[in-house]
Amino acid sequence: MKKVLTWIFVAVFAASLLLCAAGLEFGAPAYRDMDDYMIAHGQEETGANNIVTAVVFDYRGFDTLGEATVLFTAVLGIGLVLRTLAMEDEEYEYE
Amino acid sequence: MNMSSLVRTGAGILMPFLLVFGFYIVLHGHLTPGGGFQGGAVIATAFVLLMVAYSYEIIWERISLEFLKNTETLGLMLFILTALIALVAGLAFFGNWLLGAGGLFGTPVSYGINPGDLNTGGVIPILNIAVGLDVLGAMSVIILTMLFAVRRDA
Repeated sequence: MKKVLTWIFVAVFAASLLLCAAGLEFGAPAYRDMDDYMIAHGQEETGANNIVTAVVFDYRGFDTLGEATVLFTAVLGIGLVLRTLAMEDEEYEYE
Repeated sequence: MNMSSLVRTGAGILMPFLLVFGFYIVLHGHLTPGGGFQGGAVIATAFVLLMVAYSYEIIWERISLEFLKNTETLGLMLFILTALIALVAGLAFFGNWLLGAGGLFGTPVSYGINPGDLNTGGVIPILNIAVGLDVLGAMSVIILTMLFAVRRDA
């Protein structure tokens, strides 16, 4: 019974998603002013041949700064949570 | 626990190629697909490959956790410092103060479709290298520390 309900839910969910996607036009975004601007001016404004890098490191540098900070916070959290384990293990070795 | 000698030899052969490929992706971030994050992840994968192939204790002797933590901090500091120097140069935060200035990464880029020159891009290659160091250190530290916890429970 539970399995049948799960499959019915999955089918309804997938059908609703596909129904939404069926009306979309792929390859023709409605708002592309920003894309056109970046492709036209990216090289002279940032000096990078790779437009993706130009966006990530110049137009949206703050986003990359936040990403680096997230990684730093992850390392900080890992160090805080698992530090005691490492120290306990060292004590075992000394005994 | 050691893997078979086949796995260990294969890891030893693959390791330098993985490192070179990772640094290539980081350095050519402003020309080809990829960049600091992806290249750093590839380099971290090389370390993970060593961890899988060899015994745990050997890796702990060769790769210092402090060194990886310092690499991570150095990358983040280089990133913020490069962005801050733009303020001194009279530009906005993250401004491209090296663009077209000559010298390192300062060659003006030729417009239009071209294969690209490694010595262009201004601060973008420097930011790529900074993020690469950051990701390489962070991923390696996370995986090493988690592995430490796993081994303790086993």
